[in-house]
Amino acid sequence: MSDKALLLDVVDLKVYFKIKNNKGLPWAPAATLKAVDGVSLKLYQGETLGVVGESGCGKSTFARAVIGLVPAEAGKVVWLGQDLTKLPHKELREKRKEIQMIFQDPLASLNPRMTVGDIIAEPLQTFYPKLSKAEVKQQVKEMMTKVGLLPNVINRYPHEFSGGQCQRIGIARALILKPKMIICDEPVSALDVSIQAQVVNLLKELQAEMGLSLIFIAHDLSVVKHISDRVLVMYLGNAVELGTSKALFDKPTHPYTKALMSAVPIPDPDLERNKTIDLLEGDLPSPISPPSGCVFRTRCPIATEQCAQLKPQLEGTSDHSVSCIHTAV
Amino acid sequence: MSLLDVKDLRVEFSTPEGSVTAVNDLTFSLEAGQTLGIVGESGSGKSQTAFALMGLLAKNGIISGEALFNGQQVLNLPEQQLNAIRAEKISMIFQDPMTSLNPYMKVGEQLKEVLRLHKGMSNREAHVEAVRMLDAVKMPEAEKRMAMYPHEFSGGMRQRVMIAMALLCKPQLLIADEPTTALDVTVQAQIMTLLNELKSEFNTAIIMITHDLGVVAGICDKVLVMYAGRTMEYGSAKDVFYRPSHPYTEGLLKAIPRLDTEGEILPTIPGNPPNLLKLPQGCPFQERCHRVSDHCRQHTPELSTFGDQRQRACHDNFHLSGGQ
Repeated sequence: MSDKALLLDVVDLKVYFKIKNNKGLPWAPAATLKAVDGVSLKLYQGETLGVVGESGCGKSTFARAVIGLVPAEAGKVVWLGQDLTKLPHKELREKRKEIQMIFQDPLASLNPRMTVGDIIAEPLQTFYPKLSKAEVKQQVKEMMTKVGLLPNVINRYPHEFSGGQCQRIGIARALILKPKMIICDEPVSALDVSIQAQVVNLLKELQAEMGLSLIFIAHDLSVVKHISDRVLVMYLGNAVELGTSKALFDKPTHPYTKALMSAVPIPDPDLERNKTIDLLEGDLPSPISPPSGCVFRTRCPIATEQCAQLKPQLEGTSDHSVSCIHTAV
Repeated sequence: MSLLDVKDLRVEFSTPEGSVTAVNDLTFSLEAGQTLGIVGESGSGKSQTAFALMGLLAKNGIISGEALFNGQQVLNLPEQQLNAIRAEKISMIFQDPMTSLNPYMKVGEQLKEVLRLHKGMSNREAHVEAVRMLDAVKMPEAEKRMAMYPHEFSGGMRQRVMIAMALLCKPQLLIADEPTTALDVTVQAQIMTLLNELKSEFNTAIIMITHDLGVVAGICDKVLVMYAGRTMEYGSAKDVFYRPSHPYTEGLLKAIPRLDTEGEILPTIPGNPPNLLKLPQGCPFQERCHRVSDHCRQHTPELSTFGDQRQRACHDNFHLSGGQ
């Protein structure tokens, strides 16, 4: 991948939220929730980076911080040589021509009082106000055909469409500005199996056609494996393993990645019943008071005393790196 | 006699736009201790089937057909008789464990209420039994958790409370409506392992309603595939997974991305599920089927029995010859 152009370079990104303590006195200091605690990664042109992890691991917050929807506490988001976290609001807005986003709930992310045509045209009208109505309509219709919507539904409203079609509208809206990168936040998790496959294939086709880079966030490992070139596994705001899809799925190394992968059910009765699952004990610790050292140590089968003292960093090759003091790739 | 014998179950809703048949002539049976998976996409009628059996349908729902539980008809029973069966003989767990628990009541009180009402236990007896059941579902510090409210539990723990509550009266049948859909995979694995253990411990029959074929593969003995309210295919889990006899089942199995296989482009089922208000004449799956013929557009395929107690509703005999 390194022969391709570097698009995005995230360095030690941290996103903290202040949480007011309701039980304490009014002047008690607010607690800090470390949603993303020092994640670094690089994204090259035309590649798909999958981000997986369970709810509350910070994968959505990470994506939102990259696009500037939540402010970063520390770290850099370098987009084509420019640090987005330092940009004033107006300039950041210009950058959104190049970075677009697709959301999880297809219906909720579309304005119910706007027609499909208006929804898809809105980014164009915002960024290119000089375009004539006819030009806008022309581009909208082309984009609708591209994502598999019939151009004659241009005057309908979102509620008239099924979930899969609404997601296609969301994709058309993200693509109309011809962005370089799209952040997909759980784009298929609200869809039925047969529709999910359609949308995944559509994203892959459009990516090949337009040379897009994707950050694909999902909790479903099988979907991520299918679509990603590289995969980042997150746990409690930290990157625990990063690698090419092949390296990571063939040889999961971090105990958390192993547990996560063994938990995915296989649609095959014999295989599913005879496999061994590395069951994780207990629940996710609170991100307000994460464990010291390695954040996974409280549920880790191979944790030792050392893990409480040292905070591991991602180490390994550019193909596969893992953050654990007891395992190495 | 089977534990549950459902015959020609039909659920219709009268809506302002017209009558909708959510469940259309469903027939299946379940033995004690067996697990049946009902699989289908949203709107296929799988949840309405469960609601009909539990007497939980919305007011505009009309049920016909028969469902014999230990020989007793359970459809359209008056509320009082239903209450004697629900929780004691048949109980249910729901998809969203947060909205199915009362947020104003301590978890312990909710568990004890079931025992007091159905078993006539005293408060103290009920407490002991409830703690024992929380232990059985592997709730850590069960005694302490009794005094906590649902919001203090994580999603997985709430689902454990729901399962404990459903098993309190040792029902013969447990209906689980998407019990793990709202949970993370690692938590899902915990809950499925738990259900598998409890199933053998209490010899409870389970109807597992889900859209996740992976979950079905892990626990079910029999599988019923539904589409637009109808049975497409019904048979043992192994037959359905390894020798699907219906183009829809086949398409579903291929469309799932899997961790244990490689592949570039996923084979898809084209199109969208049909609108139940405007069902086409003939087979409901015709518009998305790759083996559709003119015959399918005219005539709705009847369920036919073949092989080892299998059923399928398809005019095409391609799959019967093993796909040769």
